[in-house]
Parts: sequence; C-alpha cells; structure tokens
Amino acid sequence: MAGVAVSTTINGDAVEYLCQPDETLLEVLRDRLGLTGAKEGCGTGDCGACSVIVDGRLVCSCLVLGAEAEGRKVETIEGMAHGDQLHPLQQKFLEHAALQCGVCTPGFLIAAKDLLEKNPSPTEEEIRFGLAGNLCRCTGYDKIVRAVQDAANVMKGA
Amino acid sequence: MNFDPRFSGRKFASVGTRPIRPDGVDKVTGRARYGADFNMAGQLVGRILRSPHAHAVIKSIDTSKAEKLAGVKAVITAKDLPDLTDGDAAMHDILDNCMARKKALYDGHAVAAVAAIDARIARQALKLIEVEYEVLPHVTDVDEAAHHHAPLINDQVFTEGLEEKPAKPSNITKRTQFGHGDVHKGFAEADFVVERSFKTEQTHQGYIEPHACVASVNADGTADLWVCTQGHFVYRQHCAQLLGLEASKLRVTSSEIGGGFGGKTHVWAEPVALALSRKAGRPVKLVMTRDEVFRASGPTSATSIDVRIGARKDGTITAAEATLRYSCGPYAGSWAEIGAMTAFACYKLENVKTVGYEVLVNRPKTAAYRAPSAPMAAFAVESAVDELAKELGMDAVDFRIKNAAQEGTRASYGPVYGPIGIGPTLEAVKHHPHMKAPLKENQGRGMACGFWFNFGGQTCTDLNIGMDGSVSLAVGTVDVGGSRASLSLVAAEELGIDYSHVKAIVADTSSLGYNDMTDGSRGTFSSSMATISAARNAIKILRERAAQTWDIPVEDVHWEKGHAIAKGEKYGNLSPLSLKEIAAASGKTGGPIAGHSELVADGAGVSFATHICDVEVDPETGSTRVIRYTVVQDAGKAVHPTYVEGQYQGGAAQGIGWALNEEYIYGKDGRLQNAGFLDYRIPVCSDLPMIDTQILEIPNPNHPYGVRGVGETSIVPPLAAIANAVSNAVGVRMTHIPMSPPRILAALDAEREG
Amino acid sequence: MRYIRPLSIEDAVGELAKAVGPAAILAGGSDLLVRMKGGFIEPELIVDIKRIDGLGDITETAEGFRIGAAVPCAVLGENKAVRKAWPGVVEAANLIGSKQVQGRCTITGNLCNASPAADSVPALVAAGAKAVVAGPSGKRTIAVETVPTGPGRTSLAKGEIIEAILLDKRPEHAGDAYLRFIPRTEMDIAVVSAGVNLTLDEHGAIKTARVALGAAAPTVLLVEEAGQVLVGSKLDEATLERLAKICSGACRPIDDKRGTIEFRRKVAGVLARRVAAIAYKRAGGK
Repeated sequence: MAGVAVSTTINGDAVEYLCQPDETLLEVLRDRLGLTGAKEGCGTGDCGACSVIVDGRLVCSCLVLGAEAEGRKVETIEGMAHGDQLHPLQQKFLEHAALQCGVCTPGFLIAAKDLLEKNPSPTEEEIRFGLAGNLCRCTGYDKIVRAVQDAANVMKGA
Repeated sequence: MNFDPRFSGRKFASVGTRPIRPDGVDKVTGRARYGADFNMAGQLVGRILRSPHAHAVIKSIDTSKAEKLAGVKAVITAKDLPDLTDGDAAMHDILDNCMARKKALYDGHAVAAVAAIDARIARQALKLIEVEYEVLPHVTDVDEAAHHHAPLINDQVFTEGLEEKPAKPSNITKRTQFGHGDVHKGFAEADFVVERSFKTEQTHQGYIEPHACVASVNADGTADLWVCTQGHFVYRQHCAQLLGLEASKLRVTSSEIGGGFGGKTHVWAEPVALALSRKAGRPVKLVMTRDEVFRASGPTSATSIDVRIGARKDGTITAAEATLRYSCGPYAGSWAEIGAMTAFACYKLENVKTVGYEVLVNRPKTAAYRAPSAPMAAFAVESAVDELAKELGMDAVDFRIKNAAQEGTRASYGPVYGPIGIGPTLEAVKHHPHMKAPLKENQGRGMACGFWFNFGGQTCTDLNIGMDGSVSLAVGTVDVGGSRASLSLVAAEELGIDYSHVKAIVADTSSLGYNDMTDGSRGTFSSSMATISAARNAIKILRERAAQTWDIPVEDVHWEKGHAIAKGEKYGNLSPLSLKEIAAASGKTGGPIAGHSELVADGAGVSFATHICDVEVDPETGSTRVIRYTVVQDAGKAVHPTYVEGQYQGGAAQGIGWALNEEYIYGKDGRLQNAGFLDYRIPVCSDLPMIDTQILEIPNPNHPYGVRGVGETSIVPPLAAIANAVSNAVGVRMTHIPMSPPRILAALDAEREG
Repeated sequence: MRYIRPLSIEDAVGELAKAVGPAAILAGGSDLLVRMKGGFIEPELIVDIKRIDGLGDITETAEGFRIGAAVPCAVLGENKAVRKAWPGVVEAANLIGSKQVQGRCTITGNLCNASPAADSVPALVAAGAKAVVAGPSGKRTIAVETVPTGPGRTSLAKGEIIEAILLDKRPEHAGDAYLRFIPRTEMDIAVVSAGVNLTLDEHGAIKTARVALGAAAPTVLLVEEAGQVLVGSKLDEATLERLAKICSGACRPIDDKRGTIEFRRKVAGVLARRVAAIAYKRAGGK
C-alpha cells in the first residue's frame, strides 16, 4: 500500500503528513497528529463525535479520507478557543452543565459553531434538528440546547 | 475512626450552589483524555476475533498463519489465559466471557486475539486465524429459552431455589421469591383484578465512548492498565486474578469515561489486552469498534413479566403478584431477582408475592444498566396499576397516593422504610401545572412511579492541604457525570473555604485504598461521606496546629468558616487563624496537613421518582412523539443541583429511547442485526422536548448532609409513563416494549378491526 | 490499494477501465467509507472525482438543471433555483443522514449506492430525472430508474461513471414532494417512502403525475398506475383513497430490522396520500 503525501491546513497551521489511502481523516488527526479531541464513537457517521469542519462544511472526520484533506482547511475542537479565551459556546456549555461525560462535547461544539455561523438566531427546533447528527447519551439534550441558545444570544450581542 | 454519618440539619454555604466543574475546561477544549486518547511508546494495536455463531463448539483454532504475518507480535487464545479462578464460579464466567474456552455462546463471543504493529495488519491477521466450529442449536428469546424443549446452553445448570433439585438441567439458573402476607386471601378480598403479561426487549446502555484500554505488562510481573471504567479498583482485582498478577503490582488508571451507565462495570477486553501485552512484551492498545460494543459488551435483560393486582372498590390494593423472567446472557445472573425486589417497592401492600426466574440465552452476558432490572418491572406494574385505576374509575395519581408506601411501611422486598419520597413526589405531581395543561387530538398524558435502592459501599478518600491553603481531594470513585464538582463542594463546605480552592481528582489504584465502583448511584453519596470524614480528620489536625501555635489545649480550639477559633474569654486576644495561615506554617508546626478516610458507606437512602409524560400518536403510522416530559424525584440533598437535574434528564431520555425504539434485533440465525447507532436507535436531539425537573429534598437520615443517590431512579418510570400516555392518547394498551411504530400500528389496527 | 485524484472525466474513466481489482468511485464517501470500515469492500483503487472540472457545479441550462456528480446535498439545498423548481428533490436530498453527512453526500452517490431505501431516488424517479453516464465507449443519458437493478447493484458497466444528474425545466403549475417514514425524527434510513411529481392544467386538474415508492421493493418503484389514477383529478378524497390502495398494493416489501411487510404496505399508502397533497399544493392546486 503506497502512502499518500498530504499538505493541508489544520486550525490555521500548515501541516504535512503521509497516510495510507484508506486511512480516515479521524485516524490521521488522532493517531498521526495527536489531535485526540475528535472522538470515534461509531466510525460510520452515525454519532457525530468526530465532527470537524473542512472548507467551511461540517463533516464527520470518520467519513473523510486523510488523503482528501490535500489543500483543504480543517478546523477541529483544538482550534476553537482563541488563546486562553474560550469560544462563547465553550463557555456556555460549562455554565449550563451541557456535558456530563463530555465525550460527545467536542463534536457538539463544532456542530453548534457551524450551526450558529450559518444561522445566528436559530429556534429551538432549528437547534434540535441542526444537532441531530450528534448523539449524547448523558444529558437528554436539554442543557445542550439551552447552552446553544444562550451562546447565540451572547454572540449576537458581541 | 469515630465518624458519625447521621444527618444533622445545617445551613449550607457551598453545597447546593452550581459552580463550573473542575474538569470542564479540558472537556470543552478536547484536552480531556478518554480511554482511546492515551498512548505508550512502542505500543501495539490489539484486535479480537469473534464468533459469528450464536452457539458453537470450538473444535480447533489454528493461529499459525496469523503468527507468521509480518508485523504480528502476539496471537492468543483461551490457552493464554489459563484458568486461575480456583472454583470461583462467577470469576470463571468472566474468564470464559473474555475468551471462549470450549464453546462460543453468542454472536460476538471472543475466541482469539492478536497484537500487531498497526490496525491494518491486526485486521489482516484476524482473517488468517482458522477456527473450526461445530454449530449447535441456539436460543435467543427469553420465553423460548425458559421452555423445557429449548436447546441447553449449559448442561450443568440445575435450577437453584426450588424446593427440590430438579432432575434435568435447564436454562433457568435460579428462582427467587419475595413478599409477605397471603396473596390468595388478598385476591379473594378484591372487587377488581387486573392481570396482564408484558415483554420488554434487550437494550444497550449506548455510551458514546467504546471500551478502550492500554495495557502494559513488564517482565518483572508489574503492569499498568489505562482504561475507561466505572471501577478501576474492581478491574484491578479481576484482571490481577485472571492474569495471576499481584493486585498491588497492577496499577490501573481510570481515564475520563465517555459514559457507562452500568456498562463499564465489567471486564471484557482488558484481560485480553494484558495477556497480549504479556505475550508480546510490549504495550497493547485495544479499542472496541461500535459493532463490538453492541455484540460483545453487556446489554440489559430482555424480559417477560406477568402481573396481577387486585383492589377493593375504595381503591385499596388487596393483593399484588408478579412473575418475572429475565435473560442473563449465557451465564448465571441475578437480574430477575432484582426485578422481583423492585417491582412493587412503591406501594404499601398487605399481600404481595414476586417470583423471579433467571434465564440463560445465547446473547451477550447481561450487565447493569442504570437501576438494572427495575425499569422493566416498573413498566409491567405501573401499566397494570393504571389499568386498575381505570377499572375502579379512580384518577391514576389519587389511586397511587392512596396505596403509596411511607415511613414505616414494610417494603415488598423485606426491609421497613425510613423517611421516603414516594408520597411527596406523587403529591408534587398531583399539583404540577403539567397535569392541567390542555391536550390536543391524538395526544395523551401518562404518569408512573419508580424506585431504586441506591448503594453505598467501600470508599476511601484523601484530602491534602497545600502550603498555600489550597486543597487537593483524591477520590477513588470514577466521575461519570460531574461528581468531582459535587465532592469539591462538599470539601469546601466542611472546611469552610471557597470552592475555587479545592481541586478534586480521581486517583489511580496505587495511590489510594480500595473503592467499590461507581454504581448503584453511590459516587456522590459514598465519596461525599468519605470526603466529609477526611475533611473532619484534616480539621482535627488544623485545630491541633492552631492549639500548638497558641499554646492552648486543643479542646478550646473550634473550627468555624475556615478558621481556627480559640473559644473562651481568656483567649480574647487571640485572633482567628485561617486555614491558609495554618497551612503556611505547617512546615514548622509538624509537617503536611492531610485528612484520610476509609469507610463503608452504609445507609444509602432509597430513592423514588414520579414522571409525567405527554405523547402524540399518529394513528395512521403508529409514530409516537414525546411532546412534554416532567421528572419529579427525591434527591435527599442536591449537592450540585445542575448535575442532579442532568441525571434526571439523562435517565428520562434513556427511558424514552427504551420505551419507543431501542431494541436488540436478532435474526433466525442468532446473529445481531442492528449492531450500530444507525439501527439501534437512541434518541437524537430532535426526538425530545425539554425535560422539566423538580428536585425534592427529603433528607437521608444516614448521611451527614442528607444526600441520597440520584443517578439511576430516573430511568425507571419512563417506560410505563409513556405506555400509559399512549393508552390515554389512542386507547391501546401496549404490552411490548419498545412501542415501535409497527407495534403501535398493529395494535391500533387490531383495535379498529375489533 | 491506491488513491488517485484525476482532473478529467476521461482520466477517471481510463483508470477505472484498466483497474485490475475492485475499484471504487469516491465523491462524498458517506456510503463507501462505511462499507470499507465494515470490511464489505476492499477496493484496490479509489478514484476521488471531486477535483474533476465541472463535477462540483450546478448549472442551469435551457433544458433545466445539470447537477454535477460531486455536488454535496448541502450545496444542492442552498441552490435557490433548484429548490424553487424541484422542492421535492431537494427536500429528499436534504434528508440523507445528518448535517455532517449532508456536507459530503451526493444524489449521484445515493443513486449508485442502489439502496431501495435511498431518500433522493424516489424523488428523482418521480421527477423524471436523467443520469449522464461517461464510459470507455463515450457518453449516454439514461433515466435514473434504470440505474439501480437490485440492492447494491447497478446497470453501470466497468469504467462507467455518472457525471451528472439532469432535471427538466419546470412548466407553470408544477410541484413535487417527498416524504419518508422513519422511527426517529432524524438519522434513520427510510422504512418506506414516497415521491410525487405533478403538473396541473389551468383549471387545477392534474395533467401529468409520477409516483415513486422507496423501501417497498428491491429497487425504487415507479408506480405508473398510481400516476394514472391522479391524472384528471383535483385530488378529491376518493382519488386519494384509490392512490393509497394502489401504492399499498404495488409494494413488494420485506420484513427486516426496520419494519414489517404489513407496516410498509400500509404506510406506503398513507405517505402517498400525504405527499400527493403536498405536491398538489405546491403546484398551485387548491
């Protein structure tokens, strides 16, 4: 199996790696680059725990090949805060206790960020359908939805 | 140690507030390390070969081709995990479940494993292992398995708990019975009797993080295990026993845990990873795929339950009886027994009898799932209670209030209750605005009650005071949902300092004494008790140091609001010493200041909840949506109310999923057909409404702050609450969980066809 | 295993045609990577078609729309012109998977995966959509319903790629719609589904109608009799009842983990009735 050389941008930084043709972007992030914030909950695109943004599109990194990232811009949870300043969504997730075990949290935060960038004033229903690709088994989603609503308000005011 | 755990009313400064959890920032930035996020130098990738057959004799395993594959460093079978269980039947079951010895007992049962330099080679190696099976007849349905014609899963099983030992083996491992009074007499006194049979399908805890570990065994017999678990001390004991290691030489570190709900109380892959590491001489990382999690971890029981309840015209229940059959997977369990204990625990009954049968099936070994066994029993009982209320023409809440257990009631499973919350939750529900909200066409409202015992258990905690006056708290109960925040609040409360100066961590097995696992809703209950005890021990030292500084008798030094205070007029010139001041001087007054505690947290207060649920049913498709949901539950004392609400909401959401869509679906071939989140349908965000909560606080007399466990009870009522709501919406009594659209539509059509 | 990223359709066709072992076309990957992960296929060659000129574009032509094979469904959903002309096709495409999957999946991939439960396919079949196939012996344009031949099987020959889906320009008084039944509100595969495409005459009577059912047979079903029963009607109750009956009768479903034969039959009729009403309203019918 011939390795594929890839040049890409991750969280604003130029990154180069060699990966196998069938290796997923999630495997590359976690096992080659040490970016373990994206989680594998299923490996089949059903749980959203591995969500990242590629060229402005929310995707499951388990359903993207590492080779496909050539020349793209990848955003992961590790790049969400600005320095020591948490993103409003991160802050609101903490304040609302929108996480219990926290393993789905990186995926939810990335998906919620994408949602609010495309729709800054979502209704509860839009939030619920917008985040339906992210499974959480701990919270019953109540506090997650409230945290996203609160963050949307804060971000509009900013 | 003379720790007094009894409740004493007090005003709280920290407990009951809602600060941000100490592990929060790591979790929102992706830095928190879960089972699969840890790596060691030279680590190999482990993978497990699993039986495709539900029931088969393993005639031979040839690993030679796999061993020859370049990059493969170890291949193991049951031979590499010799039986060291020394007659301990439960441990032998665990061993056999980790790696099948003579027979594969379910689709997904491990039969061999490899460790290789990467995942691709490991996968390739699995394909090169040749296993010769002799396929046997199998049985996966609980009722079919209980039948005397069923294929035998283990011919050494003779039902225990019968008056005479049966002549023939069967798949029923045990019969248990609970109750008191005379049910025959009770039913004879009844004016109305409801009798119904129910079934519930097998469900999975559905934690988002698959099982994962990194094992490293050294040549000198020492070993390290990094693992996502609800109980690293228990894992250490089990792994040490199965591998023949000295427990103290195996250090187990619990990673952050991505959900457990009872499913991470049991070893599966960990002994395999250790055995692979031992053979390869290198660390091995073993992560289950989602498919493996469903096929080969520990789902809950499938059940079949018959209920009979009788009442007088005035609404008094005169007799209640239930027979409960619970599947255990292929190994003995006590799941029906727990169901039989919980079934009627909400009620004050003169005549009650429950009988449980543990049934072996060719499915994965049943493990705990949040108040294990109670939701199914409550589904059956609370559905029948609603039916009986209807026959009596009584309001469902009033009927339950009339028969609710109270302080002094003898529980159906034996003990006499202390102060309990069933009555108060019912009264709160009766007056809740949700009960009066209008409903539209095809909508219905249901309610139901639930009970869980809660556990305490062995607990050990260290509290260390730094020289700057900050406090580190090391606990041994894994934090599954915010307990580090709660325990920090408790330490702050007891010491009289601010929460921000306390940092709680979960210590590894070499750093702290033994702790039972986080199950039975014990995490905050028992570790808060140990934290209070440790803090009081530290305060004793703080007082001694102050007494020494002041050169006065320690008896004259009191501890108030984070300060040592010299009591008495003669000490008027001594200004209080803060914890910070005492800590700063500790190097000169006798060294480090710490408090330690080891105890058995007895007296976990029982817990009750009552839920209200509105549903809307599409009568043309059988589709059911939950449109409003309210949880009312007794917490004893809510240490961190936000996380208590989170437990209520999470349990309710899991119950809703169980009630409506979640189920293990086996084919005729005995293979699991829906081993993934696509077709094992846990609720998604758009499936649920906001879940309203109301916390009641009826103090637990056996805890200094009145705390009760809160984690599990909230999964108990939803199955019945939703079934009752569906019945009230469209007039069909659903007796089979999950109430999936095809089942509801079939029931509606049967009703319409009369 | 090799991963290649050709820049022209000719190169892609050439590589696929000369591939020795199993070859796979990668656009969104939301089916392919799942099948690779499950070990159901181990391609020798993966041909990523996303950098081929034009395959990522939606173009409006004199005849209608040309939707490139690499256009993600999310992008399709953001295209106002297609959404206005073919709301049923777009709503069907936007039901596939999650937001995450939407960012990747394509209607061409949905068609070529050849699942009888594919969400976009009943809507495309009802719409009379066509597929442009490029292959070693040139290009051909075929009706989408001729692409899947059975679960996981297509009529495409070795080396052939669908490079675009074509949708006609819409006349006045036309509407289409798609509905599926799933147990949850999102993330499920259709248990049964229905797409309807109508045009009306100036009086509001149905002039042409196409009805397609998903997850009701080994391939998506075009139920011609159901279309015929609608023609000439203004969707009165009796017509809807007949439509439902015909659709239920046309089903040849199976019992599986997602639903029963009986359930699929009944709900196919229910959905056909409901979706016809939506399409009729969109066409301007009252």
